[in-house]
Amino acid sequence: MVTTHPTAAHDFLNDPKRAAWHDQTLWMVRAKRDRMAATVPEWEQLRETAARIKDHTLSRLSEYLEQFSARAEANGIQVHWAADAEEHNRIVHGILQRHGVRRLVKSKSMLTEECHLNPHLEAHGIEVVDSDLGERIVQFKKEPPSHIVMPAIHLKRAEVGEVFHEHLGTPAGLDDAQALTEAARQHLRGHFLGADAALTGVNFAIAETGGFVVCTNEGNADMGAHLAPVHIACMGIEKLIPKAEHLGVFLRLLARSATGQPSTVFSSHFLKPRPGQEMHVVLVDNGRSRQLGRADYRRSLACIRCAACFNTCPVYRRSGGHSYSYFIAGPIGSILAPNVDRQAHADMPFASTLCGSCTAVCPVKIDIHAQLLKWRQEVVQAGGTGRLKPLALKLTGFVLRRPRLYRLAGRLMRRFAPLAQKLGLDPWTRHRDLPEPPARSFHELMQQQRRP
Amino acid sequence: MRLGLFIPCYVDQFYPQAGLATLRLLEKLGHQVACPSAPACCGQPLANSGHAAEGEVFLDDFARAYAGFDRVIAPSASCLLHLKEGLEARGHELAHRLHELCEFLHDVEQVQSLDAVFPHRVGLHAGCHGLRGLGLGRPSECMVADFSKPARLLQMVQGLELVPLDRPDECCGFGGSFAVFESDVSVAMGRDRVDDHVRHGAEFITGTDLSCLMHLGGLLARSNPHVKVRHIAEILAGEP
Repeated sequence: MVTTHPTAAHDFLNDPKRAAWHDQTLWMVRAKRDRMAATVPEWEQLRETAARIKDHTLSRLSEYLEQFSARAEANGIQVHWAADAEEHNRIVHGILQRHGVRRLVKSKSMLTEECHLNPHLEAHGIEVVDSDLGERIVQFKKEPPSHIVMPAIHLKRAEVGEVFHEHLGTPAGLDDAQALTEAARQHLRGHFLGADAALTGVNFAIAETGGFVVCTNEGNADMGAHLAPVHIACMGIEKLIPKAEHLGVFLRLLARSATGQPSTVFSSHFLKPRPGQEMHVVLVDNGRSRQLGRADYRRSLACIRCAACFNTCPVYRRSGGHSYSYFIAGPIGSILAPNVDRQAHADMPFASTLCGSCTAVCPVKIDIHAQLLKWRQEVVQAGGTGRLKPLALKLTGFVLRRPRLYRLAGRLMRRFAPLAQKLGLDPWTRHRDLPEPPARSFHELMQQQRRP
Repeated sequence: MRLGLFIPCYVDQFYPQAGLATLRLLEKLGHQVACPSAPACCGQPLANSGHAAEGEVFLDDFARAYAGFDRVIAPSASCLLHLKEGLEARGHELAHRLHELCEFLHDVEQVQSLDAVFPHRVGLHAGCHGLRGLGLGRPSECMVADFSKPARLLQMVQGLELVPLDRPDECCGFGGSFAVFESDVSVAMGRDRVDDHVRHGAEFITGTDLSCLMHLGGLLARSNPHVKVRHIAEILAGEP
């Protein structure tokens, strides 16, 4: 039995205090985003510009990819192309094998999460250390990240203390942010110094220069890449922008949208390997060109992974990242997941009220809620909602279109509403009262007054 | 102006007083108003559940029944948005003559005063489809000048005091079939909305959509029975 979003959300909400804390923590991030965005007078213009740059890039993606790869190679970067996750993992492992790498440090990369790189490398005897603090915490816990920007946001400080006590030997009951961060810093420093290779994600790759930009708040991408003799950067093919001058648009939007910071603490530009270092870029498709070919969903590839749609989503905040079946949760995950496997993620497009806050907050103006609605149609057509629900809806539609039947059904419904209320068996009346049913409907009253 | 009034199914069945208030408001402005009894529904419940193809016939029915009116008004932003988007997608010109009630009063009639008294503290629930879909106000995500058409109209009501909210436009969690199939999240969202209004001393929660209000009212009845929901038409029409 697959755990569906409603059942996972039910479990999450079983601890109302914790659920309220989760909601408030993420709402605070949304509020910070609002305050920071409000300081930029041309905010809406920036969003529009970013959306257009992305649309343009996606419309000529193959050309920009070729330009990027040619420039990167001219800079001395080795460029690899991976059609899917398996090929990506094989390429990365091949590079590491060639260098006899035993220890790899990674900075945050959702793509490697998508490709399940860590277990693949670990199966080949390579030690993988995630160096982003949140990632390291969930790695210790053997959990997937619950949020793409703040991977351990579902954990409280004291719980992090327990994890560190178990894995890093910090004193039991340590609940001090400063002390916990210091413990992580000392622990990670050793891994940075001892790593044989570093792997980073890519936030933006620039076609005209062949360079790329990695944004972090902890400087962990830099510490990894600048120390290790081998730097591998893995990116989805949609991370491209045409020109260096476009970076300003995206860097101004990214951190403000993500965490309400004016900028990430580190925006690191990589152009070529330093003398004696090897630098690789792995360009990964893994379903992206399929999504590019779907006109209704193409714009989902404009995503810059800021997670503003997570933070604003009232459903995400009240159900948590682990209630979604895909490793990218929240609204954007819910329109990306069905492209990967419509059946396995059939309930994700339904885990939304279609309130549209995701679309309104998105820095690259992806019409997320409209795409959720479109995926719902496809899920239903593929039989992904079972038998009962479609039948009930068809019956409702049948009744609503037949005036006499509708009037009769209406009268019956009003008559039996108090009984349903008393029984409280359905999901509505279990928690909510029904409205007091009136003796006559609006149209019955109109008819009485003989109005047209 | 010949106006067609569209009263959606659940308003027809459960909230006839909101329909009557809308009718009175429009007649007071000197309009001739007709209320065709079919179609009963806009088809949104089907579309939002993934059965848009079966919901299309409701658009046909609607376009046929309302094509002859100068303008069509509905006291429900959500149903109206669904009709508008559906007709727009078909390139049907009727799409541009559809108005949610507040939008009609504010933009078309440009009402400057109302003959209404409501001496109460009122919380305005900004329904998502009206706010982000029809543009009845500024969504808090958008960095543009603040405005709210429903709030402006409510401010014309004598004695009415709008209460401030901590989260002025968070979704209430109704979401159509979401309220049933994701009832736990739906209820958690609704309780948080209700608490925000109650915390700020609202005696009434109002809004442009009885779907949201039905959900919030259903929760209020169990947690805060002294606080009631009222459709905005009833308040603007000066009903007690």
